[in-house]
Parts: sequence; C-alpha cells; structure tokens
Amino acid sequence: MTEARKEKLQAYWRENLTYIVILLSIWFTVSYLCGIIFANTLDNIKIFGFPLGFWFANQGSEVTFVILIAIYVRLMNVLDKKYDVHEK
Amino acid sequence: MDILTWTWIIVGLSFALYIGIAIWSRAKSTGEFYVAAKQVHPVFNGMATGADWMSAASFISMAGMIAFLGRDGSMYLMGWTGGYVLLAMLLAPYLRKYGKYTVPMFVGERYYSQAARIVAVLCAIFVSFTYVAGQMRGVGVVFSRFLEVNINTGVLIGMGIVLFYAVLGGMKGITYTQVAQYCVLIIAYLIPAIFISIMLTGIPIPQIGLGASLSEAGQRLLSTDAGFLLDKLNQIQIDLGLPAYTSGTKATIDVFAITFALMVGTAGLPHIIIRFFTTPTIKGARASAGWALLFIAILYTTAPAVGAFAKLNFIKSVHNKSYEEAPSWFKNWEKTGLVAWVDKNGDGKMQFAKGAAFKGKIEFLKDEKGQVMRGQHGERLVKTPVDSKTANEIHVDNDIMVLANPEIAKLPAWVVALVAAGGLAAALSTAAGLLLVISSALSHDLIKNVIAPHISEKTELVWARIAAFLAVSVAGYFGINPPGFVAQVVAFAFGLAASSFFPIIIMGIFWKKTTKEGAILGMLSGIIFTAAYIIYFKFMNPALNKPEHWFLGISPEGIGTIGMVINFVVTFVVSKITKEPPKEVQEMVASLRYPRG
Repeated sequence: MTEARKEKLQAYWRENLTYIVILLSIWFTVSYLCGIIFANTLDNIKIFGFPLGFWFANQGSEVTFVILIAIYVRLMNVLDKKYDVHEK
Repeated sequence: MDILTWTWIIVGLSFALYIGIAIWSRAKSTGEFYVAAKQVHPVFNGMATGADWMSAASFISMAGMIAFLGRDGSMYLMGWTGGYVLLAMLLAPYLRKYGKYTVPMFVGERYYSQAARIVAVLCAIFVSFTYVAGQMRGVGVVFSRFLEVNINTGVLIGMGIVLFYAVLGGMKGITYTQVAQYCVLIIAYLIPAIFISIMLTGIPIPQIGLGASLSEAGQRLLSTDAGFLLDKLNQIQIDLGLPAYTSGTKATIDVFAITFALMVGTAGLPHIIIRFFTTPTIKGARASAGWALLFIAILYTTAPAVGAFAKLNFIKSVHNKSYEEAPSWFKNWEKTGLVAWVDKNGDGKMQFAKGAAFKGKIEFLKDEKGQVMRGQHGERLVKTPVDSKTANEIHVDNDIMVLANPEIAKLPAWVVALVAAGGLAAALSTAAGLLLVISSALSHDLIKNVIAPHISEKTELVWARIAAFLAVSVAGYFGINPPGFVAQVVAFAFGLAASSFFPIIIMGIFWKKTTKEGAILGMLSGIIFTAAYIIYFKFMNPALNKPEHWFLGISPEGIGTIGMVINFVVTFVVSKITKEPPKEVQEMVASLRYPRG
C-alpha cells in the first residue's frame, strides 16, 4: 500500500469516528438527558397531551434512534465512495 | 365461531406457514446453516432481527410493566432500543467485515487465544440458555391459556416446531421463518391497539392517540368528562393515592444504570450480533440495524399507548364496582390466577389502591370435589395470604394488559386468536435464534475449532444439527421444569453480556493495541464483579436487596453498567503494560475498518 493510500484510509477512519461521536452525543442527549436526568423539568412543557420528559422517555428517544441510524447509513455510504473503499 | 376454534385455526395456519418455509429453505452447507449463506436482504434481515429480539416478554409483558411503572417503565423502552444505535455504529459493519460465523470465533481470533475463545463460548451458551428457558415456558403458558391444553403439552408442541425448522434449516430456515413471525406478531399487536385508540380518542394511530384528548365516545365509555387522556390517567392515579402516571419513582441514578446496562447488553447479546453476519454486504449490515430498529420501534412505541389505554380502562371498569358489575374479561382472566379480588373492607366493592393485594402467587381455594369455592359476592376465594398492610383489594398481573386487550375492547373472537398466534410467534422466533447460537457455539467453536479440527464440512453440519437437537431438548426440559430462578437470571443475561462481550468487542475493533491478556482479565473482572453483585443480592441476601445497601444506589438489574466500566478500565490498563498484539492481528483489525481493502 502506498503512503498516500494509507493517509487516505486514515482520513476515512477519522471522519467515521467524528460521525460516530456527533451521532452518539445526540443519542445520549435524547435518552439520558431528556428522558431521564432532566425529565422532571421537561415535564413542565406540554405538547398536546404529552409532558415532554415523558414523551422523550416513552417515544421520542426511539424515534430519534431510528433517524440517527438512517443518517449514519447515508453518511457512511457517501463516505465509502468518497474514499473509494465501497464494496463493488 | 368461538374464540377457541378461531385460535386453533389461526395458530394452526401460522404453524403450517413456518413449517412450509422451513422445508423450502433447508440448509445444505455449514455457511447456510450458520449465516444463511450471507444472502439475506437487509429489510428481511431487519424483520428477522426484530422477531429474534422481541420475545414473549416484549410482546406479552412489556406494556403491562409500563402501565404499572409509569415513566420508570421507559428504561425498558429506551434500553432495549438504544442498543441498536450502538450496534449499527460500533459493531455491525466491522463484525460483518470480519465475516466469520460466531462471536466466540471473533473473540478467539482477535485475541489470538484459545482461552479467550473458550470464555466467550461459555458466556454465549450461558446467556442463551438463560433466555431460552423463559421463552419455552412462555410458549407453554400461551398454549395453555388460549388453546386449553396442559402447559407441558404446550411446551412439547413448541419444541417440536422449533426443532423442525432449526435443525432442518439452520440460520437460513430460522431467518425466513422469523420474517413470517414478525409479520404475524406485529399485526397481532397493532390491531387491538388501533381499535382501542379509535374507541377512546377517535385517532387510529395509537402513538398519537396516547397524547390526544378523549373523544365523546371515549368519555361515555369511561364515564368521565373531556380532557387529555394522560391528564385523566394522572388524575385518577393521584385520587387513588398512586404516583402520577407520567412521573417516575425510582432513583435517577438507578434508572440511568439500568437503561445503560440494557443498551450495552442488547448490543452484546450473541443472538442479535450473529444476525449481522447474514447480510450480503457491509453496507447492508449497517442498513439492516436501522431496519431492525424501525421494525422494533413500531411495537415499542405502541406499547406505552397500550399500557396507558389498558390501565385507564382497567381502573375505570373495575375500581369501586361490585363483582357482579365487573366486565366479563375480569371474570375470564380470574380462571388463570392472573386476576383476583378479596373484599378487605367488607363493602362488597372492588377497590384498587397502592401496594400488593396478596402476599405471593395467587392460588384459589377448592372444595373436596376440586370445584373453586366462592365468597358471598360470587368471587373466587383465594388461598394466598392477604397483605393486610395495604388497602388494595385487586390483584392484576402485568401480563394480562396485552392479552386481555381485545376482550376489554370487545373485539371479535378472531382478534383474540390472532393475539395468541402473535404471542407464540414472538416466543418461538426468539427461542429459535438463541438455539442457533448454542448449536453453532457447540459445533463450530467447540468441536470444529477446539476438539476435532479435521472434520469435514459434512460432518460438521451433522454435528451442528445434533447440537441444535440437544439444545432444544435441554430448553424443553427447562420449560417443563422451570427452575425457580428464571425470573432473577434475566438480569444476569443482560449484565453478563454488558460486562463481558461488549467492552472487549468494542476495544477489539477500535483499539488495535488491545492485548489478549487485557481482554481476558477485562472479561473476567467484569463478569466476576457483576455476577458476584447479582448473586449476593438476588440469591444470598435477598433481604438486603434495597437501595440503602446498593453500591452507589444501583440495583442488581443495573450493575452491568459498573461491570462494563471495570472491564474497560482493566482491559485498557493491562493492554498498556503487556506486549503488543502480533503484527498480523493488528493488520486484521485495521482491515476491519474499511468495507473494501
């Protein structure tokens, strides 16, 4: 493997890790912060009949999880092509 | 037609479907047997993973647990779904790139050590057996309740079906059967929820109905005034001296730890990880984690609605009513011992309040002829001692919330039958996935890689089938003679997966310099700490199992989180001071990171 190729692969891995860190921060925020730690405070806000903290704990975090994976899959498919490591 | 006839027809048809699929997709090679020849489309793999993951507990018990725990019940919802985010980003694509058949195999090769492989085999087998015993019992219970056969006969029928398609089809057969089972179970779960949501709020989507206001029909049905459904439920709970439905009562740190342990446990469970070996590409492995979570979330976001609807309905139709006025489902479910009533204050009315009505499992009094004995209001008399410290007179088991739903909503008999078929689909699909893990751990990791490396593929396939047969037999034995500790060891399965597999797989992928010494000591310290904590509080000193005695206020259910941290720290420190892994291992780890090359 050439040096240039090696550097390219390392850049790919770094970008992947950046995506993971950002997406997992959102994962942590919706579930552990909104759904557990600050849930009581958020319950004072009401959207329709839902106290917000209760909504995050019961439905909001799961909906967010599905969206997070969908975003990750898209980002990675683009990234794979950009660095020419995609499966042919 | 009555419920029983409908149930036999629908359950019979669904079983015929599973058997048909098994014959169509029988495995001819070890690749097909272990990983369905890596030919499973991500959408189908997502459905199969969903069915694999959602067990009898998710289908039957979860909505009821949420109904009785309020917001604290969300630890199951978030815990059991959040793990898929970790799977999709931290595990699935890399393990798919590795591309071999089992989790212990990855552990063995990555950590260049037979010892690590054997520890992993033992963990995989222990976790899977713990789980499968409960599933087989679940099959038996559903059979006995809906088909009016003996529980043990139910277990035997369930064993026969699983044996047929697991032994014949291996992973390939299981995958396509699970796709069918997912469809059966999700339809069965959604139909009653949609109808009840329409009845109470006029909105056909239960997820939205939960936050909506009661419709006029709903107000009439519950004999209450207008307002948001959740506000009504909160008010009713507070009036009864219970905490508001939308608030939690457990300590925040404990909810945090339990949710975390369930998440990393989910991501470390071998029967879920193994599913990501079956997709054709790495791109597909990532996508299939997303599909799996989408299919799971359809049920998991419906569950809070089912729980709230059922709780509201239950309190409104039962509390402060005389036994004669009680709805018919109340009396039907009394037969199973999951519902019972005792008139503590002698006013002839049923009151629901805080705390337990009875001490222990419900058993009814019977006369010499074996007939149930009834009290002055017509209620069944209960042998179980009454808990005199509480004012609560009604015992209702979590499990009836989903199963009694169609009856509460007065839905036609075929819907009740469909729910029975759904419960069986959930239990059978999970049992099959777990059995495959056990069989591949025995045939591939133990026989092919440790005991007899020179056997041919054909012989290995025979061994895989023998192992599957043995695993089903042992699971069936546990189903018929359930060990008393099954309920307690569920925490074990998650804690163990969280504190053993998860950290060393993550470290194995993300840090090339993790050494075998680090991994082995990390796994051992994580498991030993977690197991010791659970054994101490669950088996040795159950009387001390209270928040004031817990480490940092974390219950045994959540202690896997601490075990996981210990594992990470030990693995890191030991890896730093031991000799780095061989060059070829480091190169293998590097190659896992790129889909091609």
